[in-house]
Amino acid sequence: MSGWRRFIPHRMALLQISEPGQTPDPHQRRIGVGIDLGTTHSLVAAVRHGVAECLPDEQGRVVLPSVVRYMEGGGRQIGFDALAAQVQDPLNTIASVKRLMGRGLADMQVELPYDLVDQPGMVAVRTRAGDKSPVEVSAEILATLRYRAEDSFNADIDGAVITVPAYFDEAQRQATKDAATLAGLNVLRLINEPTAAAIAYGLDHQSEGVFAVYDLGGGTFDISILRLTRGVFEVVATGGDSALGGDDYDRAVADWLLGQAGAPQSLSPSARAELLRQARQAKEALSSQDSVDLTLSLDGVEIKTRLDRATLAHVSAALTAKTLAAVRRVLRDARLDKGDIQGVVMVGGSTRMPLVLGAVREFFGQEPLTNLNPDEVVALGAALSANQLVGNRGGEELLLLDVIPLSLGIETMGGLVERIVPRNQTIPTAMAQDFTTYKDGQTALALHVVQGERDLVADCRSLARFELRGIPPMAAGAARIRVTFTVDADGLLTVAAREQGSGVEAHIDVKPSYGLADEEIARMLQDSFSTAQQDMQARALAEAQVDADRMLLATQSALDLDSDLLTPDELQHISALMAALHHTRQADQSADAATLEAATQALAHGTEAFAAMRMNKGIQQALAGKNIATI
Amino acid sequence: MKLQSTDFELFELPARFAQDRADIDLRWKALQKQAHPDRFAAEGAAAQRVAMQWSVRINEAYQRLKDPLKRASYLCELSGAPIRAHENTAMPADFLMQQMAWRESLEEADTAQALETLLEDTSSARSAALADLAQLLDVQLDPVAAAQVVRRLMFVERFAHEVEERLDRISA
Repeated sequence: MSGWRRFIPHRMALLQISEPGQTPDPHQRRIGVGIDLGTTHSLVAAVRHGVAECLPDEQGRVVLPSVVRYMEGGGRQIGFDALAAQVQDPLNTIASVKRLMGRGLADMQVELPYDLVDQPGMVAVRTRAGDKSPVEVSAEILATLRYRAEDSFNADIDGAVITVPAYFDEAQRQATKDAATLAGLNVLRLINEPTAAAIAYGLDHQSEGVFAVYDLGGGTFDISILRLTRGVFEVVATGGDSALGGDDYDRAVADWLLGQAGAPQSLSPSARAELLRQARQAKEALSSQDSVDLTLSLDGVEIKTRLDRATLAHVSAALTAKTLAAVRRVLRDARLDKGDIQGVVMVGGSTRMPLVLGAVREFFGQEPLTNLNPDEVVALGAALSANQLVGNRGGEELLLLDVIPLSLGIETMGGLVERIVPRNQTIPTAMAQDFTTYKDGQTALALHVVQGERDLVADCRSLARFELRGIPPMAAGAARIRVTFTVDADGLLTVAAREQGSGVEAHIDVKPSYGLADEEIARMLQDSFSTAQQDMQARALAEAQVDADRMLLATQSALDLDSDLLTPDELQHISALMAALHHTRQADQSADAATLEAATQALAHGTEAFAAMRMNKGIQQALAGKNIATI
Repeated sequence: MKLQSTDFELFELPARFAQDRADIDLRWKALQKQAHPDRFAAEGAAAQRVAMQWSVRINEAYQRLKDPLKRASYLCELSGAPIRAHENTAMPADFLMQQMAWRESLEEADTAQALETLLEDTSSARSAALADLAQLLDVQLDPVAAAQVVRRLMFVERFAHEVEERLDRISA
């Protein structure tokens, strides 16, 4: 500590910066919410007084039906009101929009009661208010939940964790993140629904061991195997079907109803919506009774019939079998036997069906765990995660080690896929593979990034195409082009290519084919969306101010802990950058967002080496002198 | 500790083939508790970037350490006997015969049961190869001979993977 004294002047400067009232109080609790954006309904939850709870609307209901109706005159209904109007106004009332996220028209295997329009990248819905992207529709739902949370806390939300099905691919994840951005949410993390459920379940029951989470929602099915050890939620393997859920059971019942004597063979959109509504109600009724009597009026034709549990099980047997096939595969991927599974957690409203519960019980040879509300458990887990990510300490620290659900690769000669990141790889991850040119003097290489398990490119999902140009002319096979796939903790992909000899590089955030470009998001914000009334510039400035405060606070706490790692010069440099940012933030309220962002960037850049030193110290302490067995 | 440290250094484990999988898992989690980007979500971009780098590096090391085949080939490489599977394709005759017999069984297998039996065969071949690797790498200190076993084991694992894919298709 001999050199310590000489630092004091700088230290003083730092103390001035954190004078009360000038930067946010580090002990002030920040608000992070967890949002379950479901096919059938959505929820928002948050940690209040140390407990995660779902936030109710003004009528005390926690569930928000994931239904948006576009009305005459530009108005919108979201939730229960929209749901009630479904039969009366089927073409402008959009339900199950989650099934359209990141999907093209060619992907649509089922008939929906509204009109779809093919658009480059993603399908859209034709409504009286114009063509609506699934991202915009989802943003309406997310914004409704955001307002609900803001009203509950009477404050702005610092950040949100949004859940997605574990089996969602790149395009579906990106679309979800875009929808959240459009709804004005700061996305802390996308987490997988089964992982969120395991957090809520594991923390609640202090469970340890290997668990299976069977998550059958309205439109998606996930099966994940997790290993739980104190505070660590490690996903061992995951699988599922991103287009299989309760909706499909409804449709199986609807098809059965149409097969009854006297049923009309073609239906108006209203009659189709009515048929699906009745099918769903009948299915739900069979969760608590053995049979149900139905009377339907479809385009003036009346049908009376009775549906019992055995018939429901019969007409949906193929669906249930499909989920169990996915369970078998994921066990194989995890290199586990069903006897290794300590407990099976049931998630998603569709697991209320006795036939599903029975099939899972029979498969695993044990009683599935249903003691948490299957509708709420995902949102609660997301809230616990959000609370931690937003920076609130206290309680046990969580660590989520999740995996990528589907393999990532690139197209090679002959339309074949070269796999670069295999499925079930723990994220974040970076993996590379070397390729070469196949023609003499070839100066460019086209890269086609795909996702899926099949060997042929045509059977996989196309994610992006880009080119590496400017390769110096060489003999065929002489260039060495390293392609690196980096998947971040949200499961989102970046691809970089570099010719090793010349150093020529190309780089892409995988977005264009299915996600939205930033300009498109900006346009949507300006066009129609409810948050657009806000002055865009004011919003940008507010965001820049929050970022600046966060950066100042983070740097200050880092210095409080570890300033001894820095030389006097390094410390002075960081202090100067902090002072400059502080000055821009405080002295000039009219500073534009760009100037403030630049000052924040400068501090971020200037503290990079310091961040690396701190990480080094942390890594060395992780294993040093500890009895590993007690970690 | 540096990003360039070897996997064994990073995990503070002796550089040998024999390892306790449970211990590797514990060390992996302890390291990720320090380095995972989630820990730095409320901090600035610089901290996020560093965390991402380290977290990726720790996962990379973990993938290599926990998988016996990858661990063995990494050890061979560290000891100056890189695998270079594409350049070293010569295999003993009896090994090639066995491979052909397996391929035939795979062509003929049309039930999940037959495929499961085939998987069991590959699994015992795998166990035998792993025992050889432990002997060659840790006792005889012969990385060149070990590299040869690694190349054979790569064939076995690739074949097992094909059997599993067939199983997926049959049960789907």
